Amino acid sequence: MTAAFRTTAAGRLKGAKPVKISFDGASYAALEGDTLASALLANGVHLMGRSFKYHRPRGVLSAGAEEPNALVGIHRDAARKTPNVRATVQEVYDGLTAVSQNRWPSLAFDVGAVNDIASPMFSAGFYYKTFMWPKAAWKSVYEPTIRASAGLGVAPDKPDPDHYASRYAHCDVLVLGGGAAGLSAALAAAETGARVIIADEQPAVGGALRFETGSTIDSAAGWDWAQATAVKLAAMDNVRVLTRTTAFGYYAQNMVGLVERVSDHLADPGHDLPRERLWQVRAKRVIIATGAIERHMVFDGNDKPGVMLASAGRTYLNHFGVLVGKNVGVFTASDSAYAAAIDLKQAGASIAAIVDLRDNPAGPLIDQARALGIEILSGRTLVRASGNLRVASMTVRATSGGPERTIPVDALLMSAGWTPSVHLFSQSRGKVAFDSATRRFLPGDYAQDCVSVGACSGTDTLADTVKDAVAAGEKAAKAAGLAKTVGTKVKAETSESWAGGMVGAAPGAGPDTTGKAFVDFQNDVTAKDIRLAVREGMRSIEHVKRFTTNGMATDQGKTSNIHGLAIAAEALGKEMPEVGLTTFRAPYTPVTFGSLVNHSKGRLFDPTRRTPFHAQEEKLGAVFEDVGQWKRAWYYPRAGEDMHAAVNRECATVRKAAGIFDASTLGKIEVVGPDAAKFMELMYTNPWEKLESGRCRYGIMLREDGFIYDDGVVGRLAADRFHVTTTTGGAARVMNHMEDYLQTEFPHLDVWLTSISEQWAVIAVQGPKSRDIIAPLVEGIDMSDGAMPHMSVREGKICGVPTRLFRMSFTGERGFEINVPADYAAAVWDAVWAQGQKHGACAYGTEAMHVLRAEKGYIIVGQDTDGTVTPQDAGLDWAVGKKKTDFVGIRGLKRPDLVAKGRKQLVGLRTKDPKVVLEEGAQIVADPKQPIPMKMLGHVTSSYWSENCGRSIALGVVTGGFERMGQTLYVPMPDKVIEVEVVGQVFFDEKGERLHG
Amino acid sequence: MLLIHCPYCDEDRPELEFRNAGEAHIARPENIAEISDEEFAQFFFIRTNPKGLIYERWRHIHGCARFFNAVRDSVSDKFLMTYKAGEKRPTVKAGEKA
Repeated sequence: MTAAFRTTAAGRLKGAKPVKISFDGASYAALEGDTLASALLANGVHLMGRSFKYHRPRGVLSAGAEEPNALVGIHRDAARKTPNVRATVQEVYDGLTAVSQNRWPSLAFDVGAVNDIASPMFSAGFYYKTFMWPKAAWKSVYEPTIRASAGLGVAPDKPDPDHYASRYAHCDVLVLGGGAAGLSAALAAAETGARVIIADEQPAVGGALRFETGSTIDSAAGWDWAQATAVKLAAMDNVRVLTRTTAFGYYAQNMVGLVERVSDHLADPGHDLPRERLWQVRAKRVIIATGAIERHMVFDGNDKPGVMLASAGRTYLNHFGVLVGKNVGVFTASDSAYAAAIDLKQAGASIAAIVDLRDNPAGPLIDQARALGIEILSGRTLVRASGNLRVASMTVRATSGGPERTIPVDALLMSAGWTPSVHLFSQSRGKVAFDSATRRFLPGDYAQDCVSVGACSGTDTLADTVKDAVAAGEKAAKAAGLAKTVGTKVKAETSESWAGGMVGAAPGAGPDTTGKAFVDFQNDVTAKDIRLAVREGMRSIEHVKRFTTNGMATDQGKTSNIHGLAIAAEALGKEMPEVGLTTFRAPYTPVTFGSLVNHSKGRLFDPTRRTPFHAQEEKLGAVFEDVGQWKRAWYYPRAGEDMHAAVNRECATVRKAAGIFDASTLGKIEVVGPDAAKFMELMYTNPWEKLESGRCRYGIMLREDGFIYDDGVVGRLAADRFHVTTTTGGAARVMNHMEDYLQTEFPHLDVWLTSISEQWAVIAVQGPKSRDIIAPLVEGIDMSDGAMPHMSVREGKICGVPTRLFRMSFTGERGFEINVPADYAAAVWDAVWAQGQKHGACAYGTEAMHVLRAEKGYIIVGQDTDGTVTPQDAGLDWAVGKKKTDFVGIRGLKRPDLVAKGRKQLVGLRTKDPKVVLEEGAQIVADPKQPIPMKMLGHVTSSYWSENCGRSIALGVVTGGFERMGQTLYVPMPDKVIEVEVVGQVFFDEKGERLHG
Repeated sequence: MLLIHCPYCDEDRPELEFRNAGEAHIARPENIAEISDEEFAQFFFIRTNPKGLIYERWRHIHGCARFFNAVRDSVSDKFLMTYKAGEKRPTVKAGEKA
């Protein structure tokens, strides 16, 4: 069965495979090669959508990417529901299912259309003015109602099941656009041997040759030449031809983002193909050949289904073999529409009349139309198009006024001329220049190594376009370093010119008229709205745009921006460039999140770092927490234990017997060289020169401003070798900080820095039994207290593998940290674990580690400090070398604010009720009865239940805290006020005897 | 994404391999412990933040890991030149490609 409006008189789909598609549940016959729009039009279906604000019936405006009206949902399955797909771009496949949007209960009968009748209420900026009162109703009534009634498609509610590919590519010449200009340029560049990539958004190259059937290039029909040229290019080793590929963004240094739609046009894409492929292309030279977009005429009713661009009507006929109507009217201000009228007439449609704004149009196309017997009404304008769900008539009068004449039509083609597509040029940061003779914006000053050719640079004829493009292709190849030119020859003949046209509202839609003459179809902006914006005081086009939303829809004003600017300029009595042109931003057409997110989702979103003990910890039932990219064992619940019970047991066991802890995530840096000690003196507040080999010291690192940046225990392995540890989170930035100073401030020091975080895995064994557990496994190290006191480091062997064995403690107990090469770490853990079992040890996680260190008042940088805490504030003044003459931060520490009284200082907080555990981050005040906002003295930085103390413990920073010992302060919470006493930082074993016990 | 020329690798590499490290040619005073509050403020806090040519530090952190200096136009983002740390501040005019 052939669809009713499919003609055999024209088109390129003859013999194509018939397929079935469905739109809003109805089934339609289509041909492979159709777009959804051409297939529906072939079946006489013009009504394809409802408008954003007024719910007006809408059909197709265009036959391409600029389409503002015919937006539909494409549903493949429950998860694959793509909203806002342009019917003019979506290729059909057998079984394609499309649904209309923004209508209820149906597309033909939409309750929301009441907005159109009530439209005087909804003029531009209406929501800024109308819904001001009562204030509370905005959130609960107005906004939800407006959001429900305005809008486009519905976002899918399931995760995207498709996969997307990503490629980086480099080339000498990247050609954007595969029309006559792009193909000619690509050919000329390619024949020099340059590496060329040419991309076109359509399924096939050809651009405007798709509808301009009269053109011939190299003695062939333009379209046939284009296809043959693409085949020729694709066969060359140095050329990549990408179709269905949109250049959506032009970035710095000739980096262009392309998205290739790989499988959206296939009935059954299968699992192997990606849905889309993102290309990030870096080109030495870029040739922009993006063509031009036809403008509509601005008159009352120009949005009725059946009213469309002349080039669209011509494309549907000449490419798809579809007559958009059988009695077609034409409204134009340029010659282009005549060619459409002639083609339709010759294909069997009747042309009701050509209404031409110009008084005396002349030229071969006009003569040809007249010869075909088409009535030409020159010096006339359309005052309105009428019809309900489809245009039914057009009403004509002289441009100067006078009597009206209504002519029945079933379709209406319009052309106000062509707007050069300067989007990508503008995105490249090139400056557009207004050409006052033709009243259009053209590429002006270039910011990058690119050039625009053809209609996008204002070239109006095919012959000039091809000639310029060949020259540009050769020049680009030469600029990219290709020396030879082969003298590519492409010759075009054409009788058509894209010159002329008009911008702004047609004479029938002037300031004195009341009809809806649409400027921006997708956002329902009329000529009247633009004038209102000017009356309301908007002076710049940027303000007009935001007030009216002109050009802010998903089509980004491809058809509307120039008209909107012209109307605003007229209302302001200024020239267009004085009012300004809004910025063209990426993406050129909407890009799926899927293609941009690409592989970076789920497990590939961010790397996961696991320590060498991860499997051992999993076996022990560890619950893991995320610490940056690390998975760290948080606690080890046993049967029947919740987190609280597990942490309590772990804390008690460490102090009673011993605990085994994975400390591998700590950052580790080896500082080596003759000047290693000198370098350490500069990087840390502490003195290092006199630290003996084999001993350790707790080091504090400051920034130049005097605030604590990091801390950690440092072991001196030899005179010229330090094993530095950092916080887990600080590992990378401390390395960067050290490298920065070493390379740029202290390059005279003979020092090398090596990150050894991943080389050494660390098992901490802490508790009174720690030495008994480890000693049997260790060779070559005397672990007696005399030979290896607290804060010492020895090199030897454990379980037969090298170890750097630290005697140190972050729990306050006798403790060791066993550094072993990561590759042997799991075996050593197993051996230590087996030993530990003999002594009643348990594994403990980061939560118990936190509690145990807080019982001892040991700080955690980044938790108890926040980048505004000095060593003095943290009670660590003892760690600052008083005799030192230089270290990073030495001057910062002396800044007036840092030595002033009343700084926040780190203190212990004891709740009056020992059972109450404070919330970390809770604010501390002196008087809980003061009015809100209260004056806060500080906040709680660390707070836990301490099983070992039998009560809650907390640390906090409090203004003048050291002088408040014994004071009662208050922590106001939403439901109560908690009384706390300011105490010292240490809650357990204040004398520190257990370190040696 | 910018391409940045690492003067140590002598290669144009993508911006992803680099990290900006703030304004260049701000030397840490050798007698830093003795300088006045004003001098410290000038050294530590005050930056030129120019519209136009900016001399700044970069680190090829995911490459050779070296810090180096660059002259960049803060309006167009374009790099005019890069040079090794410790080399003299070059004189470059806006719009000039060194």
